[in-house]
Amino acid sequence: MLRIDDLVVRYGAAVALDGVSLHLDAGEMVALVGPNGAGKSTLLNAVSGLVPAASGSVTCEGRIAQVPEGRQMFPDMTVEDNLVLGGWSIRNRDLSEVLDLLPDLVRLRKAKAGRLSGGQQQMVAIGRALMAKPDLLAIDELSLGLAPLVVAELAEHLRFLNRDRGTAILLVEQEVSLAFDLCPRTCVLEAGRVVAAGPSAELAESEAVRRAYFGDLGVAGELRADTEVPA
Amino acid sequence: MKEFLTYLVTGITLGASFALIGSGFVVVHRVTRIVNFAQGSFAIIAAMMAASLLRGRLPHGLAEAAAVLVCGVVGAVVGWVALGRRGTHPLISLIVTLGLSMLVSAAIILLWGQDPVSPPGLRGHVTLLGVDVERQRLLVLLVTLLAFAAVALFFSRTYLGKALTASASNPYAARLVGIDVRRMGLLAFALAGVLGGLAGVLVAPSNALSFSSDLALALSGFAAAVFGGLSSPGRTLVGGLVLGVAGQLTAGYLNGSYQTEVALLLMLLIMIARSRTFVAEEAK
Ligand SMILES: Nc1ncnc2c1ncn2[C@@H]1O[C@H](COP(=O)(O)OP(=O)(O)OP(=O)(O)O)[C@@H](O)[C@H]1O
Ligand SMILES: [Mg+2]
Repeated sequence: MLRIDDLVVRYGAAVALDGVSLHLDAGEMVALVGPNGAGKSTLLNAVSGLVPAASGSVTCEGRIAQVPEGRQMFPDMTVEDNLVLGGWSIRNRDLSEVLDLLPDLVRLRKAKAGRLSGGQQQMVAIGRALMAKPDLLAIDELSLGLAPLVVAELAEHLRFLNRDRGTAILLVEQEVSLAFDLCPRTCVLEAGRVVAAGPSAELAESEAVRRAYFGDLGVAGELRADTEVPA
Repeated sequence: MKEFLTYLVTGITLGASFALIGSGFVVVHRVTRIVNFAQGSFAIIAAMMAASLLRGRLPHGLAEAAAVLVCGVVGAVVGWVALGRRGTHPLISLIVTLGLSMLVSAAIILLWGQDPVSPPGLRGHVTLLGVDVERQRLLVLLVTLLAFAAVALFFSRTYLGKALTASASNPYAARLVGIDVRRMGLLAFALAGVLGGLAGVLVAPSNALSFSSDLALALSGFAAAVFGGLSSPGRTLVGGLVLGVAGQLTAGYLNGSYQTEVALLLMLLIMIARSRTFVAEEAK
């Protein structure tokens, strides 16, 4: 349902994505991992149509919603308003389905989103994305800054969404074990290129991934030094 | 005492028109972060146009409404130019609106000449707190209160109003959920045009307006809006009323020609007082 072919994205002179290809079938869960600055968020933003492609193409059949990096609340608005605005693209103002799925949000409805804890905001961000009834849910950093228990709960919600609604999920995740656990397929991005892709179980065994994520940071460290763009 | 009440009542009605202009500043700034200095021009255009239409025998109500609607369109055009390309800095846009207000002044001279106009309004007086008040001035107050209530309800209760608020609150997230932030900006400018136009058709019958009145109007409205931190309609209303009353008191007890200076001085004081809270907020 999602086809990314040879995608190049530039920020000015800096190349953030350098010929990325990735295909997702309907109802598939794919993890996107890689070091800081690899271009993961850029890829999600290109998929969501927020950053333009310099060349290559992104096509998606169906609706996309994103849970963005940093949660991106409307801080001075209520949780209810945040959620309702999530449905703007399809004019969906009915909260009942999302509140059924994320019952923790019910008692927070009237709270200002900016005053919530990180985990609560992440819940709102997910709920807001779900208001658009997406066929593909793109999530940037599910677990960042959250307690393990909260992460487990959110992961459970995602599994349910995927199983019950057939929502495809593209998950950017630094916690690689969580990513492998949740998504049958993984794509590894480094310095704007796909350096490995395949079944998560196989990648977990692979040399490159182990080097980058389970101890020896050699390769990823060098790459990071190369790709850092001066501010 | 009688004098004081007179100044108070006329000050409040005058302040209402400042607040109405100020609300235009607030609406645009809330949504786009732009300070729109063409805000006073809308009022002049509306006054000129209403006067012409009334002379052309269009009935009251219809003429004013048409003038106000035209200002809505003018507002959208001003917004289109001022918003520019995506990523244009609000300060650049501010300068653009200043330029546009001069352009409007020139256009007004071309179309209507340099003489002040004062279209007919409501005739007669009513007695309020023992003070004689023109009906027209009461109308200004009434319409202002209604307009503020409508704007407040629009922003807090309607889906579109929430999308407008969201565009200001977090433009990135707004784009993410599919809100066309630029279109929301244009809409805010159009709304500001309507509010400014409303102020024009309401004020002109009591205070004649000419092509050069826009700056004074914009300054008074801006001062009221600064009172509301350029974001709170409620406090802008209060700010406008305070400003109106303060101006009338100075005019009455000291000298009429100091009114603009009073507005500027008050604005300065408010800014100094507020800058502390701004600094405190920035520090967070
Ligand atoms: N708005 C921007 N302007 C300029 N350069 C940018 C911008 N956003 C990202 N970049 C650059 O593009 C590259 C990829 O950034 P991106 O945010 O996609 O990385 P990431 O994989 O999401 O990293 P992280 O794990 O830290 O979130 C980085 O080198 C970054 O400096
Ligand atoms: Mg990122």
